[in-house]
Amino acid sequence: MSFSKYLIQRLIYAVLVLIVISFLIFMIVQLPRGDAVDRIVNARQAQGDIITEEDEAALRAQYGLDKPIFVQYFIWATQFARGNMGHSMLGIPVDKLINERIAATVLLSVISLIVTYALAVPIGIYSATRQYSLGDYFWTFVGFIGLATPNFLLALILLFLFHKFFGLSIGGLFSPGVEEQPWSLAKALDLLNHLWIPIIVIVTAQTAGTIRTMRATLLDELGQQYVVTARAKGLRYRQLLFKYPVRLALNPVVNSIGYILPRLISGQTIVAIVLNLPTLGPLLFSALLAEDLELATSILMIQSILAVIGVILGDIILSLYDPRIRMEKGVS
Amino acid sequence: MISAAEERYYIASQQQLIWRRFKKHRLALISAAVLFLLYFLAFTYEFWTPYREVTQHQGYVNTPPTPIRFFDAAGNFIGPFVYGLDYELNLDTFERVYTEDTESIHRIRFFARGEPYRFWGRFELDLRFFDAGEGKVFLLGSDQLGRDVFSRILAASRISLTIGLVGVFLSFFLGATLGGISGYYGGLVDIVIMRITEILSAIPQIPLWIALAAIVPIDWPVTRTYFAITIILSTMTWTGLARAVRAKLLEMREQDYIMAAKIAGASDMRIIYEHLLPGYISFLIVNITIAIPGMILGETALSFLGLGIRPPAVSWGTLLEGAQNISNIALYPWLLTPALAVIATVLLFNFVGDGLRDAADPFKEL
Repeated sequence: MSFSKYLIQRLIYAVLVLIVISFLIFMIVQLPRGDAVDRIVNARQAQGDIITEEDEAALRAQYGLDKPIFVQYFIWATQFARGNMGHSMLGIPVDKLINERIAATVLLSVISLIVTYALAVPIGIYSATRQYSLGDYFWTFVGFIGLATPNFLLALILLFLFHKFFGLSIGGLFSPGVEEQPWSLAKALDLLNHLWIPIIVIVTAQTAGTIRTMRATLLDELGQQYVVTARAKGLRYRQLLFKYPVRLALNPVVNSIGYILPRLISGQTIVAIVLNLPTLGPLLFSALLAEDLELATSILMIQSILAVIGVILGDIILSLYDPRIRMEKGVS
Repeated sequence: MISAAEERYYIASQQQLIWRRFKKHRLALISAAVLFLLYFLAFTYEFWTPYREVTQHQGYVNTPPTPIRFFDAAGNFIGPFVYGLDYELNLDTFERVYTEDTESIHRIRFFARGEPYRFWGRFELDLRFFDAGEGKVFLLGSDQLGRDVFSRILAASRISLTIGLVGVFLSFFLGATLGGISGYYGGLVDIVIMRITEILSAIPQIPLWIALAAIVPIDWPVTRTYFAITIILSTMTWTGLARAVRAKLLEMREQDYIMAAKIAGASDMRIIYEHLLPGYISFLIVNITIAIPGMILGETALSFLGLGIRPPAVSWGTLLEGAQNISNIALYPWLLTPALAVIATVLLFNFVGDGLRDAADPFKEL
């Protein structure tokens, strides 16, 4: 199957998946909370306005809430697909609120992904080639702790340590007052200064998992007979290692890009709330607490779209890296 | 000739073999023992704690952990005791500074009558494992309302430790059933179920959990919230289990002995329960063990955000909610101790899971 045909199939499938997801999200967020009109009526009555049954019905008609839920969903979905996400409760267009934060979310996810692999692959190779050495035990230990620590806790602990030993406050992505300034070298450095703590926190769990995968598969490969044969024929160890076993062991690791990206987007949600980062997570949290449903639905939808894009990118990278995958997966 | 030991090995059942392999895993074995102990403590925490988890001790706000002494100021051996506490206000920071009053000595008494409590919310008792009489013993300090952190951590373990188990059984039920149907029957059913799992796993997990947990009404009673949270946590976890079960079944149903059973006229149900289930039950147990820590971490995260278990009920997540404020942690670091309980529990489960995975692998040498 040609690559472009495979790609088109993947994209069509992704769109179908997103349609189902959008329906689920719409139901989860909007269905259980009564409707917006009830809240508006309550708020107005609290201010002393008198609202008749007709007023309520008129409001319902205005927001389209007099129609069955499926019709409501259809209206919302078509509007969303056109990029019209409505207004938040504070009257700010939802797409403006989201646009402000989407860049930071994507930036954080992509850097986290790169850092995850940049750390996990070399450490995995090191641990597998020096099995049961001190270094191997050290990284195994770090890996277990990394997997066991919820990342918001890690964020709290790091915040605490930095506060205690350096007197620094490390929340946010910029120092106070820097964000409004135009881009300059100083601003970029300030960003870097704030970025590395959240990155460490976000990547820890994924890195720990990836190290274990890399180590286990590479150990399997190193035990194969072709390694012995190649050594017997006089191939240098380092040359052999990077030419065959490492490349094969990278397969499941590359394969994991597809699910690591959604997990990074998911995992950074709570970290971002704790560290007060300008990403989508904290916005979703406050929107849900304030029952700002339009905003919450849109954010969940955008996060899912980012996750699905991540999965597709993962599939594409994998199929470029290993053509066998394309042949197998292309059929379904 | 084969020796008696060899004979025992050859006639050992699958379970016995797994148990033998598991016993070799020292770390996993010890972890399993510690976990049993933790669950035992969680089920009987009322007895082991010196105070009720909700008791607010007047005048003992944010006290650091109480040191347990054995010798008095003059160096005489007394046995375990605590000093009474005095405090004064530091006028620069407006924080209380506690000092030990070496004049007042309170012995720690074991199996003593202490603050009355209702065991399992039913039986009125006042027997406690230890108590300091008139003195106060806060092994891990007290919080901003003067509640004993040690008692609260133990009390919270009942919810935090069981929510993982209940949630896992729920997702186990869903995952094993749907994954089993998918893998055994194949065809259209398989395609539909697998697409559902794919779609669910494409939604970012924590944002979805937050959205679902935000629906749970604030005025629900504790038990109902508890079950709502377990259901929320299971919504995403069952998909992984279903996929794993399906893959395993696909591999197993191609085996010759299944074909033989079919030819012999065994019904589908009989094949599933008699021939397939014993083959992948160990595999299921491994997967369940590995899934529990994720549930515990999920509950902690939700409660930490104020969306999970809500006060006055205590879970490790709600305890950590009090540690959200950095200046609080800097002044009273013992408020972070519930985090250690979470990390330790998850670590133990991971070790046991690793050991079980190795033990359940039939191709692994003894």
